[in-house]
Amino acid sequence: MKYMLMMNATKDVFEWYSKWPKEDLQANFAFMRNFNKELTDSGVLVATAGLAWPDQAVIVRAGTDGTPITDGVFPESKEFLAGYWIVDVESAEEAYRIAARASLAPAPKGTPGTMPLEVRQVMSGPPEDLQ
Amino acid sequence: MIERALDVSTDRLGALLRELTPQVLGTVVRRFHDFAAAEDAVQEASLAAAIQWPSEGIPDNPRAWLTHVAFRRMVDNIRSEAARRRREGEVAVEVSYTPESFIETVSQEDDTLVLLFMCCHPALSTASAIALTLRAVGGLTTAEIAHAFLVPEPTMAQRISRAKQSIKNSGIPFQLPTPDERAQRLRAVLHVLYLIFNEGYTSSAGPELRRGDLSHEAIRLARIVRNLQPDDTEVAGLLALVLLTDARRLARTSAEGELISLSQQDRTLWDKQQIAEGLALISATLPRGSVGPYQLQAAIAAVHDEAERAGDTDWPQILALYDLLRRMSDNPMVRLNHAIAAAMVHGAAEGLKLLDGLKGDARLANHHRMDAVRAHLLELAGDIKSAIRHFRSAAGKTGSLPERNYLLTQAARLSAIKKE
Repeated sequence: MKYMLMMNATKDVFEWYSKWPKEDLQANFAFMRNFNKELTDSGVLVATAGLAWPDQAVIVRAGTDGTPITDGVFPESKEFLAGYWIVDVESAEEAYRIAARASLAPAPKGTPGTMPLEVRQVMSGPPEDLQ
Repeated sequence: MIERALDVSTDRLGALLRELTPQVLGTVVRRFHDFAAAEDAVQEASLAAAIQWPSEGIPDNPRAWLTHVAFRRMVDNIRSEAARRRREGEVAVEVSYTPESFIETVSQEDDTLVLLFMCCHPALSTASAIALTLRAVGGLTTAEIAHAFLVPEPTMAQRISRAKQSIKNSGIPFQLPTPDERAQRLRAVLHVLYLIFNEGYTSSAGPELRRGDLSHEAIRLARIVRNLQPDDTEVAGLLALVLLTDARRLARTSAEGELISLSQQDRTLWDKQQIAEGLALISATLPRGSVGPYQLQAAIAAVHDEAERAGDTDWPQILALYDLLRRMSDNPMVRLNHAIAAAMVHGAAEGLKLLDGLKGDARLANHHRMDAVRAHLLELAGDIKSAIRHFRSAAGKTGSLPERNYLLTQAARLSAIKKE
Protein backbone atom coordinates (compact mmCIF):
# COMPACT_ATOMS: atom_id res chain seq x y z
CA MET A 1 0.00 0.00 0.00
CA LYS A 2 1.24 3.43 -0.82
CA TYR A 3 1.00 6.38 1.51
CA MET A 4 1.80 10.01 1.02
CA LEU A 5 3.48 11.79 3.92
CA MET A 6 3.03 15.51 3.64
CA MET A 7 4.80 18.37 5.39
CA ASN A 8 2.47 21.35 5.60
CA ALA A 9 3.27 24.73 7.06
CA THR A 10 1.93 28.26 7.26
CA LYS A 11 3.95 31.18 5.94
CA ASP A 12 5.01 31.98 9.51
CA VAL A 13 6.70 28.61 9.79
CA PHE A 14 8.58 29.10 6.50
CA GLU A 15 9.77 32.48 7.74
CA TRP A 16 10.77 31.06 11.12
CA TYR A 17 12.77 28.31 9.41
CA SER A 18 14.61 30.77 7.17
CA LYS A 19 15.97 32.45 10.32
CA TRP A 20 17.45 29.38 11.97
CA PRO A 21 21.15 29.58 12.90
CA LYS A 22 23.60 27.99 10.48
CA GLU A 23 24.36 24.88 12.58
CA ASP A 24 20.67 24.16 13.08
CA LEU A 25 19.98 24.53 9.36
CA GLN A 26 22.84 22.20 8.55
CA ALA A 27 21.65 19.63 11.10
CA ASN A 28 18.24 19.75 9.44
CA PHE A 29 19.68 19.37 5.92
CA ALA A 30 21.74 16.40 7.10
CA PHE A 31 18.75 14.76 8.76
CA MET A 32 16.69 15.00 5.58
CA ARG A 33 19.54 13.69 3.44
CA ASN A 34 20.08 10.67 5.69
CA PHE A 35 16.37 10.04 6.09
CA ASN A 36 15.88 9.98 2.31
CA LYS A 37 18.85 7.68 1.89
CA GLU A 38 17.50 5.27 4.51
CA LEU A 39 14.09 5.19 2.85
CA THR A 40 15.73 4.51 -0.51
CA ASP A 41 18.03 1.84 0.89
CA SER A 42 15.21 0.05 2.69
CA GLY A 43 13.26 -0.16 -0.58
CA VAL A 44 10.13 1.70 0.53
CA LEU A 45 10.66 5.08 -1.15
CA VAL A 46 8.49 5.66 -4.24
CA ALA A 47 9.00 9.39 -4.62
CA THR A 48 9.94 12.45 -2.64
CA ALA A 49 10.15 16.11 -3.44
CA GLY A 50 10.58 19.40 -1.69
CA LEU A 51 8.55 22.26 -3.11
CA ALA A 52 9.78 25.76 -3.78
CA TRP A 53 8.52 28.08 -1.09
CA PRO A 54 5.08 29.65 -1.31
CA ASP A 55 6.42 33.15 -2.09
CA GLN A 56 5.26 32.84 -5.65
CA ALA A 57 2.45 30.31 -5.17
CA VAL A 58 -0.74 31.17 -7.00
CA ILE A 59 -4.24 29.76 -7.04
CA VAL A 60 -5.48 29.23 -10.61
CA ARG A 61 -9.03 28.96 -11.85
CA ALA A 62 -10.38 29.01 -15.37
CA GLY A 63 -12.23 32.16 -16.34
CA THR A 64 -15.43 32.01 -18.40
CA ASP A 65 -13.38 31.77 -21.61
CA GLY A 66 -11.14 29.07 -20.18
CA THR A 67 -8.08 31.27 -19.73
CA PRO A 68 -6.30 31.10 -16.39
CA ILE A 69 -7.17 33.55 -13.64
CA THR A 70 -4.52 33.63 -10.97
CA ASP A 71 -4.91 34.68 -7.40
CA GLY A 72 -1.92 35.20 -5.16
CA VAL A 73 -3.29 36.65 -1.95
CA PHE A 74 -3.76 34.12 0.84
CA PRO A 75 -4.86 34.42 4.46
CA GLU A 76 -1.95 34.09 6.90
CA SER A 77 -3.49 30.94 8.35
CA LYS A 78 -3.36 29.05 5.05
CA GLU A 79 -1.13 25.97 5.09
CA PHE A 80 1.17 25.24 2.17
CA LEU A 81 2.65 21.93 1.14
CA ALA A 82 6.40 22.14 1.78
CA GLY A 83 7.34 18.66 0.60
CA TYR A 84 6.24 15.05 0.55
CA TRP A 85 7.31 11.42 0.54
CA ILE A 86 5.41 8.57 -1.05
CA VAL A 87 6.29 5.23 0.56
CA ASP A 88 5.23 1.72 -0.39
CA VAL A 89 4.69 -0.24 2.83
CA GLU A 90 2.77 -3.24 4.22
CA SER A 91 0.47 -1.36 6.54
CA ALA A 92 -0.77 2.02 7.63
CA GLU A 93 1.11 1.52 10.91
CA GLU A 94 4.41 1.27 9.03
CA ALA A 95 3.63 4.52 7.23
CA TYR A 96 2.86 6.15 10.60
CA ARG A 97 6.18 4.95 12.00
CA ILE A 98 8.02 6.49 9.04
CA ALA A 99 6.05 9.72 9.44
CA ALA A 100 6.93 9.82 13.13
CA ARG A 101 10.62 9.54 12.24
CA ALA A 102 10.29 12.41 9.75
CA SER A 103 8.60 14.38 12.51
CA LEU A 104 11.79 14.10 14.58
CA ALA A 105 13.74 16.30 12.12
CA PRO A 106 15.80 18.51 14.42
CA ALA A 107 14.73 22.04 15.27
CA PRO A 108 17.01 24.79 16.64
CA LYS A 109 19.07 24.22 19.80
CA GLY A 110 19.43 20.52 19.05
CA THR A 111 15.91 19.66 20.15
CA PRO A 112 14.03 17.10 18.11
CA GLY A 113 11.23 18.84 16.28
CA THR A 114 7.62 17.81 16.35
CA MET A 115 6.82 18.71 12.77
CA PRO A 116 3.32 17.45 11.95
CA LEU A 117 2.99 15.08 8.99
CA GLU A 118 -0.26 14.45 7.20
CA VAL A 119 -0.50 10.79 6.14
CA ARG A 120 -2.89 9.78 3.37
CA GLN A 121 -3.26 6.57 1.42
CA VAL A 122 -2.47 6.87 -2.30
CA MET A 123 -5.19 5.21 -4.32
CA SER A 124 -3.97 2.45 -6.60
CA GLY A 125 -5.21 -0.77 -8.20
CA PRO A 126 -8.54 -2.54 -7.78
CA PRO A 127 -10.05 -3.13 -4.34
CA GLU A 128 -8.83 -6.44 -2.90
CA ASP A 129 -12.26 -7.99 -2.35
CA LEU A 130 -13.53 -7.48 -5.89
CA GLN A 131 -12.01 -10.33 -7.85
CA MET B 1 34.08 -17.55 -27.06
CA ILE B 2 33.45 -17.70 -23.34
CA GLU B 3 36.59 -15.72 -22.66
CA ARG B 4 35.44 -13.13 -25.10
CA ALA B 5 31.99 -12.96 -23.57
CA LEU B 6 33.48 -12.30 -20.16
CA ASP B 7 35.39 -9.47 -21.72
CA VAL B 8 32.24 -7.47 -22.47
CA SER B 9 31.91 -5.06 -19.57
CA THR B 10 28.70 -3.11 -19.23
CA ASP B 11 30.57 0.17 -19.56
CA ARG B 12 32.35 -0.88 -22.71
CA LEU B 13 29.16 -2.23 -24.23
CA GLY B 14 27.25 0.96 -23.37
CA ALA B 15 29.98 3.14 -24.86
CA LEU B 16 30.11 1.07 -28.04
CA LEU B 17 26.33 1.16 -28.50
CA ARG B 18 26.22 4.91 -27.92
CA GLU B 19 28.95 5.45 -30.47
CA LEU B 20 27.31 3.27 -33.10
CA THR B 21 23.73 4.46 -32.67
CA PRO B 22 23.85 7.60 -34.86
CA GLN B 23 25.86 5.79 -37.54
CA VAL B 24 23.39 2.92 -37.76
CA LEU B 25 20.40 5.24 -37.56
CA GLY B 26 21.75 7.34 -40.43
CA THR B 27 22.04 4.25 -42.61
CA VAL B 28 18.52 3.06 -41.78
CA VAL B 29 16.93 6.46 -42.37
CA ARG B 30 18.68 6.75 -45.73
CA ARG B 31 17.32 3.39 -46.81
CA PHE B 32 13.74 3.69 -45.54
CA HIS B 33 13.12 7.46 -45.49
CA ASP B 34 11.17 7.21 -42.25
CA PHE B 35 13.04 8.78 -39.36
CA ALA B 36 10.45 7.95 -36.68
CA ALA B 37 10.23 4.25 -37.52
CA ALA B 38 13.98 3.99 -38.10
CA GLU B 39 14.69 5.49 -34.71
CA ASP B 40 12.44 2.90 -33.04
CA ALA B 41 14.06 0.08 -35.01
CA VAL B 42 17.58 1.19 -34.03
CA GLN B 43 16.58 1.48 -30.39
CA GLU B 44 15.19 -2.08 -30.56
CA ALA B 45 18.38 -3.31 -32.21
CA SER B 46 20.42 -1.66 -29.44
CA LEU B 47 18.33 -3.30 -26.76
CA ALA B 48 18.73 -6.67 -28.49
CA ALA B 49 22.50 -6.12 -28.55
CA ALA B 50 22.54 -5.18 -24.88
CA ILE B 51 20.86 -8.50 -24.11
CA GLN B 52 22.76 -10.78 -26.54
CA TRP B 53 26.29 -9.42 -26.68
CA PRO B 54 27.21 -9.93 -23.02
CA SER B 55 26.58 -13.68 -23.34
CA GLU B 56 27.53 -14.21 -27.00
CA GLY B 57 30.37 -11.73 -27.29
CA ILE B 58 30.60 -8.60 -29.41
CA PRO B 59 30.29 -9.51 -33.11
CA ASP B 60 33.23 -8.87 -35.43
CA ASN B 61 31.38 -6.05 -37.13
CA PRO B 62 29.01 -4.65 -34.50
CA ARG B 63 27.75 -1.87 -36.75
CA ALA B 64 26.74 -4.33 -39.47
CA TRP B 65 25.04 -6.50 -36.82
CA LEU B 66 23.00 -3.56 -35.50
CA THR B 67 22.17 -2.35 -39.00
CA HIS B 68 21.06 -5.81 -40.01
CA VAL B 69 18.76 -6.20 -36.99
CA ALA B 70 17.32 -2.71 -37.46
CA PHE B 71 16.73 -3.37 -41.18
CA ARG B 72 14.94 -6.62 -40.33
CA ARG B 73 12.69 -4.76 -37.87
CA MET B 74 11.88 -2.16 -40.50
CA VAL B 75 11.05 -4.81 -43.08
CA ASP B 76 8.92 -6.75 -40.58
CA ASN B 77 6.97 -3.61 -39.87
CA ILE B 78 6.53 -2.77 -43.52
CA ARG B 79 5.46 -6.35 -44.30
CA SER B 80 2.85 -6.41 -41.59
CA GLU B 81 1.63 -3.04 -42.78
CA ALA B 82 1.49 -4.44 -46.35
CA ALA B 83 -0.40 -7.51 -45.12
CA ARG B 84 -2.90 -5.24 -43.42
CA ARG B 85 -3.36 -3.32 -46.63
CA ARG B 86 -3.83 -6.54 -48.62
CA ARG B 87 -6.49 -7.67 -46.19
CA GLU B 88 -8.14 -4.34 -46.70
CA GLY B 89 -8.00 -4.78 -50.47
CA GLU B 90 -5.16 -2.40 -51.21
CA VAL B 91 -2.39 -3.12 -53.65
CA ALA B 92 0.34 -5.33 -52.28
CA VAL B 93 3.77 -3.80 -51.81
CA GLU B 94 6.83 -5.95 -52.46
CA VAL B 95 9.52 -5.46 -49.92
CA SER B 96 13.12 -6.43 -50.22
CA TYR B 97 16.28 -5.22 -48.61
CA THR B 98 19.98 -5.59 -48.90
CA PRO B 99 21.70 -3.99 -45.96
CA GLU B 100 25.21 -4.54 -47.30
CA SER B 101 24.66 -2.25 -50.24
CA PHE B 102 23.75 0.61 -47.96
CA ILE B 103 26.59 0.33 -45.54
CA GLU B 104 29.65 2.45 -46.34
CA THR B 105 27.97 4.20 -49.26
CA VAL B 106 27.72 7.53 -47.48
CA SER B 107 29.93 9.22 -44.98
CA GLN B 108 28.97 8.25 -41.43
CA GLU B 109 30.09 11.67 -40.25
CA ASP B 110 27.60 13.41 -42.50
CA ASP B 111 24.82 11.19 -41.19
CA THR B 112 25.56 12.06 -37.59
CA LEU B 113 25.55 15.74 -38.46
CA VAL B 114 22.24 15.46 -40.33
CA LEU B 115 20.75 13.63 -37.35
CA LEU B 116 21.88 16.38 -35.00
CA PHE B 117 20.32 19.02 -37.22
CA MET B 118 17.05 17.08 -37.32
CA CYS B 119 16.89 16.46 -33.57
CA CYS B 120 17.60 20.11 -32.81
CA HIS B 121 15.22 21.48 -35.39
CA PRO B 122 13.71 24.82 -34.36
CA ALA B 123 10.21 23.36 -34.91
CA LEU B 124 10.68 21.21 -31.81
CA SER B 125 10.25 22.38 -28.23
CA THR B 126 13.52 22.55 -26.30
CA ALA B 127 12.56 19.64 -24.04
CA SER B 128 11.73 17.51 -27.09
CA ALA B 129 14.93 18.42 -28.88
CA ILE B 130 16.99 17.50 -25.82
CA ALA B 131 15.27 14.13 -25.37
CA LEU B 132 15.48 13.25 -29.05
CA THR B 133 19.14 14.27 -29.33
CA LEU B 134 20.07 12.13 -26.34
CA ARG B 135 18.28 9.14 -27.83
CA ALA B 136 18.97 9.38 -31.56
CA VAL B 137 22.49 10.82 -31.44
CA GLY B 138 23.56 10.03 -27.88
CA GLY B 139 22.29 6.46 -28.06
CA LEU B 140 20.76 6.60 -24.57
CA THR B 141 17.72 4.46 -23.85
CA THR B 142 14.39 6.06 -23.04
CA ALA B 143 14.72 4.70 -19.50
CA GLU B 144 18.11 6.38 -19.06
CA ILE B 145 16.85 9.72 -20.33
CA ALA B 146 13.73 9.50 -18.15
CA HIS B 147 15.91 8.76 -15.14
CA ALA B 148 18.20 11.70 -15.86
CA PHE B 149 15.27 14.13 -16.07
CA LEU B 150 13.40 12.56 -13.13
CA VAL B 151 10.26 11.83 -15.12
CA PRO B 152 8.45 8.50 -15.48
CA GLU B 153 9.57 6.41 -18.45
CA PRO B 154 6.16 6.47 -20.26
CA THR B 155 6.24 10.28 -20.07
CA MET B 156 9.65 10.42 -21.70
CA ALA B 157 8.63 7.80 -24.29
CA GLN B 158 5.66 9.95 -25.20
CA ARG B 159 7.78 13.09 -25.38
CA ILE B 160 10.16 11.39 -27.80
CA SER B 161 7.34 9.93 -29.83
CA ARG B 162 5.65 13.31 -30.19
CA ALA B 163 8.94 14.91 -31.17
CA LYS B 164 9.35 12.36 -33.95
CA GLN B 165 5.77 12.98 -35.06
CA SER B 166 6.54 16.71 -35.29
CA ILE B 167 9.53 15.94 -37.49
CA LYS B 168 7.40 13.73 -39.69
CA ASN B 169 4.66 16.36 -39.98
CA SER B 170 7.12 19.12 -40.74
CA GLY B 171 8.43 17.18 -43.75
CA ILE B 172 12.04 17.99 -42.88
CA PRO B 173 14.11 16.02 -45.40
CA PHE B 174 16.98 13.84 -44.17
CA GLN B 175 19.75 15.97 -45.56
CA LEU B 176 22.10 18.73 -44.51
CA PRO B 177 20.53 22.19 -44.30
CA THR B 178 21.24 24.59 -47.14
CA PRO B 179 24.37 26.73 -46.72
CA ASP B 180 22.10 29.72 -45.94
CA GLU B 181 20.44 27.92 -43.06
CA ARG B 182 23.44 26.06 -41.86
CA ALA B 183 24.97 28.58 -39.46
CA GLN B 184 21.66 29.25 -37.76
CA ARG B 185 20.83 25.55 -37.48
CA LEU B 186 24.25 24.83 -36.02
CA ARG B 187 23.56 27.46 -33.33
CA ALA B 188 20.40 25.51 -32.43
CA VAL B 189 22.43 22.31 -32.09
CA LEU B 190 24.97 24.03 -29.84
CA HIS B 191 22.17 25.50 -27.73
CA VAL B 192 20.66 22.06 -27.14
CA LEU B 193 24.06 20.62 -26.17
CA TYR B 194 24.63 23.55 -23.82
CA LEU B 195 21.25 22.94 -22.17
CA ILE B 196 22.02 19.22 -21.75
CA PHE B 197 25.31 20.16 -20.10
CA ASN B 198 23.63 22.68 -17.81
CA GLU B 199 20.91 20.26 -16.83
CA GLY B 200 23.61 17.88 -15.69
CA TYR B 201 25.77 20.53 -14.09
CA THR B 202 23.20 22.58 -12.20
CA SER B 203 20.12 20.30 -12.19
CA SER B 204 17.15 22.60 -12.58
CA ALA B 205 15.00 20.13 -10.68
CA GLY B 206 15.37 17.67 -7.86
CA PRO B 207 17.53 17.31 -4.80
CA GLU B 208 20.80 16.35 -6.52
CA LEU B 209 22.98 19.25 -7.52
CA ARG B 210 24.78 17.47 -10.27
CA ARG B 211 23.61 14.69 -12.51
CA GLY B 212 27.02 13.98 -13.93
CA ASP B 213 25.88 11.62 -16.63
CA LEU B 214 24.19 14.39 -18.57
CA SER B 215 27.22 16.70 -18.37
CA HIS B 216 29.42 13.86 -19.46
CA GLU B 217 27.08 13.08 -22.34
CA ALA B 218 26.98 16.75 -23.41
CA ILE B 219 30.79 16.84 -23.47
CA ARG B 220 30.90 13.66 -25.54
CA LEU B 221 28.36 15.07 -28.02
CA ALA B 222 30.24 18.39 -28.18
CA ARG B 223 33.40 16.44 -29.06
CA ILE B 224 31.52 14.69 -31.86
CA VAL B 225 30.30 18.01 -33.27
CA ARG B 226 33.80 19.42 -32.96
CA ASN B 227 35.17 16.50 -35.01
CA LEU B 228 32.47 17.07 -37.61
CA GLN B 229 32.93 20.85 -37.77
CA PRO B 230 36.57 21.46 -36.85
CA ASP B 231 36.63 24.91 -38.44
CA ASP B 232 33.67 26.39 -36.59
CA THR B 233 34.96 28.65 -33.83
CA GLU B 234 31.74 28.57 -31.79
CA VAL B 235 31.71 24.77 -31.78
CA ALA B 236 35.23 24.93 -30.37
CA GLY B 237 34.02 27.61 -27.95
CA LEU B 238 31.22 25.42 -26.65
CA LEU B 239 33.49 22.43 -26.16
CA ALA B 240 36.05 24.60 -24.34
CA LEU B 241 33.29 26.10 -22.18
CA VAL B 242 31.88 22.77 -21.03
CA LEU B 243 35.37 21.37 -20.39
CA LEU B 244 36.47 24.39 -18.37
CA THR B 245 33.24 24.49 -16.38
CA ASP B 246 32.98 20.77 -15.74
CA ALA B 247 36.61 20.76 -14.55
CA ARG B 248 35.39 22.28 -11.27
CA ARG B 249 32.79 19.59 -10.61
CA LEU B 250 34.47 17.95 -7.61
CA ALA B 251 35.01 21.26 -5.85
CA ARG B 252 31.47 22.51 -6.37
CA THR B 253 29.85 20.47 -3.62
CA SER B 254 30.91 19.40 -0.15
CA ALA B 255 30.93 15.78 0.94
CA GLU B 256 27.45 16.44 2.33
CA GLY B 257 26.22 17.62 -1.05
CA GLU B 258 26.17 21.32 -0.16
CA LEU B 259 26.88 23.89 -2.84
CA ILE B 260 30.22 25.72 -2.62
CA SER B 261 30.60 29.07 -4.38
CA LEU B 262 33.46 29.62 -6.83
CA SER B 263 35.35 31.88 -4.41
CA GLN B 264 35.23 29.24 -1.63
CA GLN B 265 36.14 26.18 -3.69
CA ASP B 266 39.20 24.06 -2.96
CA ARG B 267 40.96 24.65 -6.26
CA THR B 268 43.31 21.71 -5.80
CA LEU B 269 40.25 19.55 -6.58
CA TRP B 270 39.84 21.07 -10.04
CA ASP B 271 40.56 18.75 -12.95
CA LYS B 272 43.92 20.05 -14.21
CA GLN B 273 43.95 17.92 -17.32
CA GLN B 274 40.52 19.07 -18.42
CA ILE B 275 41.46 22.69 -17.72
CA ALA B 276 44.59 22.28 -19.84
CA GLU B 277 42.56 20.85 -22.69
CA GLY B 278 39.96 23.64 -22.47
CA LEU B 279 42.64 26.34 -22.25
CA ALA B 280 44.52 25.00 -25.26
CA LEU B 281 41.31 24.85 -27.26
CA ILE B 282 40.08 28.35 -26.45
CA SER B 283 43.57 29.84 -26.84
CA ALA B 284 43.84 28.35 -30.32
CA THR B 285 40.33 29.45 -31.25
CA LEU B 286 40.05 33.08 -30.11
CA PRO B 287 42.79 34.45 -32.42
CA ARG B 288 40.94 33.07 -35.44
CA GLY B 289 38.67 36.06 -35.34
CA SER B 290 35.06 35.00 -35.51
CA VAL B 291 34.31 35.49 -31.81
CA GLY B 292 30.89 34.45 -30.50
CA PRO B 293 29.14 34.06 -27.14
CA TYR B 294 30.37 30.52 -26.42
CA GLN B 295 33.99 31.53 -26.99
CA LEU B 296 33.58 34.51 -24.69
CA GLN B 297 31.99 32.40 -21.97
CA ALA B 298 34.79 29.86 -22.39
CA ALA B 299 37.34 32.68 -22.10
CA ILE B 300 35.70 33.84 -18.86
CA ALA B 301 35.71 30.29 -17.50
CA ALA B 302 39.38 30.06 -18.50
CA VAL B 303 40.31 33.22 -16.58
CA HIS B 304 38.62 31.78 -13.45
CA ASP B 305 40.31 28.42 -13.94
CA GLU B 306 43.74 30.00 -14.34
CA ALA B 307 43.61 31.66 -10.91
CA GLU B 308 45.28 29.48 -8.30
CA ARG B 309 43.47 31.30 -5.52
CA ALA B 310 40.19 33.22 -5.73
CA GLY B 311 42.13 36.39 -4.85
CA ASP B 312 44.34 35.96 -7.92
CA THR B 313 41.38 36.19 -10.31
CA ASP B 314 41.96 38.67 -13.12
CA TRP B 315 38.66 40.52 -12.68
CA PRO B 316 39.48 43.40 -15.08
CA GLN B 317 39.87 40.85 -17.85
CA ILE B 318 36.61 39.13 -16.87
CA LEU B 319 34.85 42.49 -16.85
CA ALA B 320 36.17 43.27 -20.33
CA LEU B 321 34.92 39.89 -21.58
CA TYR B 322 31.47 40.42 -20.02
CA ASP B 323 31.38 43.85 -21.66
CA LEU B 324 31.84 42.19 -25.05
CA LEU B 325 29.35 39.45 -24.22
CA ARG B 326 26.78 41.96 -23.03
CA ARG B 327 26.95 43.75 -26.36
CA MET B 328 26.55 40.47 -28.22
CA SER B 329 23.59 38.97 -26.39
CA ASP B 330 20.58 40.29 -24.54
CA ASN B 331 20.75 37.60 -21.86
CA PRO B 332 19.76 38.92 -18.41
CA MET B 333 22.06 36.43 -16.67
CA VAL B 334 24.99 37.93 -18.59
CA ARG B 335 23.98 41.35 -17.26
CA LEU B 336 23.89 40.04 -13.69
CA ASN B 337 27.33 38.48 -14.07
CA HIS B 338 28.59 41.69 -15.64
CA ALA B 339 27.42 43.57 -12.53
CA ILE B 340 29.35 41.16 -10.31
CA ALA B 341 32.52 41.62 -12.38
CA ALA B 342 32.08 45.40 -12.26
CA ALA B 343 31.73 45.22 -8.47
CA MET B 344 34.94 43.20 -8.22
CA VAL B 345 36.85 45.77 -10.28
CA HIS B 346 35.26 49.10 -9.32
CA GLY B 347 33.68 48.29 -5.96
CA ALA B 348 30.31 47.09 -4.72
CA ALA B 349 28.61 50.47 -5.28
CA GLU B 350 29.26 50.24 -9.03
CA GLY B 351 27.79 46.72 -9.14
CA LEU B 352 24.71 47.74 -7.18
CA LYS B 353 24.21 50.70 -9.51
CA LEU B 354 24.22 48.33 -12.48
CA LEU B 355 21.70 46.07 -10.73
CA ASP B 356 19.40 49.05 -10.21
CA GLY B 357 19.54 49.58 -13.95
CA LEU B 358 18.17 46.04 -14.45
CA LYS B 359 15.09 46.60 -12.32
CA GLY B 360 12.90 47.18 -15.36
CA ASP B 361 13.81 43.83 -16.93
CA ALA B 362 10.67 41.68 -16.55
CA ARG B 363 12.75 38.51 -16.99
CA LEU B 364 14.60 39.30 -13.77
CA ALA B 365 11.81 40.89 -11.74
CA ASN B 366 10.96 37.76 -9.79
CA HIS B 367 14.13 35.80 -10.42
CA HIS B 368 16.02 34.50 -7.41
CA ARG B 369 19.39 35.27 -9.04
CA MET B 370 18.63 38.99 -8.92
CA ASP B 371 18.18 38.80 -5.13
CA ALA B 372 21.15 36.46 -4.70
CA VAL B 373 23.54 38.74 -6.62
CA ARG B 374 22.24 41.80 -4.79
CA ALA B 375 22.78 40.01 -1.49
CA HIS B 376 26.41 39.21 -2.38
CA LEU B 377 27.10 42.79 -3.44
CA LEU B 378 25.39 44.22 -0.34
CA GLU B 379 27.60 42.00 1.80
CA LEU B 380 30.61 43.27 -0.13
CA ALA B 381 29.42 46.83 0.55
CA GLY B 382 29.11 46.06 4.27
CA ASP B 383 25.32 46.37 4.42
CA ILE B 384 24.86 43.09 6.28
CA LYS B 385 21.25 43.63 7.30
CA SER B 386 20.07 44.17 3.72
CA ALA B 387 22.26 41.31 2.48
CA ILE B 388 20.53 38.92 4.90
CA ARG B 389 17.12 40.10 3.71
CA HIS B 390 18.01 39.50 0.06
CA PHE B 391 19.60 36.09 0.70
CA ARG B 392 16.35 35.02 2.37
CA SER B 393 14.28 36.52 -0.40
CA ALA B 394 16.34 34.59 -2.97
CA ALA B 395 15.88 31.38 -0.94
CA GLY B 396 12.12 31.84 -1.14
CA LYS B 397 12.23 32.06 -4.93
CA THR B 398 14.69 29.41 -6.07
CA GLY B 399 13.51 26.10 -7.48
CA SER B 400 16.70 24.25 -6.53
CA LEU B 401 16.95 22.62 -3.13
CA PRO B 402 20.77 22.71 -2.86
CA GLU B 403 20.69 26.36 -3.89
CA ARG B 404 18.00 27.17 -1.31
CA ASN B 405 20.07 25.46 1.38
CA TYR B 406 23.11 27.47 0.24
CA LEU B 407 21.23 30.78 0.32
CA LEU B 408 19.73 30.10 3.76
CA THR B 409 23.18 29.17 5.05
CA GLN B 410 24.59 32.47 3.74
CA ALA B 411 21.82 34.39 5.53
CA ALA B 412 22.49 32.43 8.73
CA ARG B 413 26.25 33.05 8.44
CA LEU B 414 25.68 36.83 8.18
CA SER B 415 23.14 36.79 11.04
CA ALA B 416 25.80 35.23 13.26
CA ILE B 417 28.33 37.95 12.28
CA LYS B 418 25.82 40.68 13.06
CA LYS B 419 25.15 39.35 16.54
CA GLU B 420 28.83 39.10 17.48
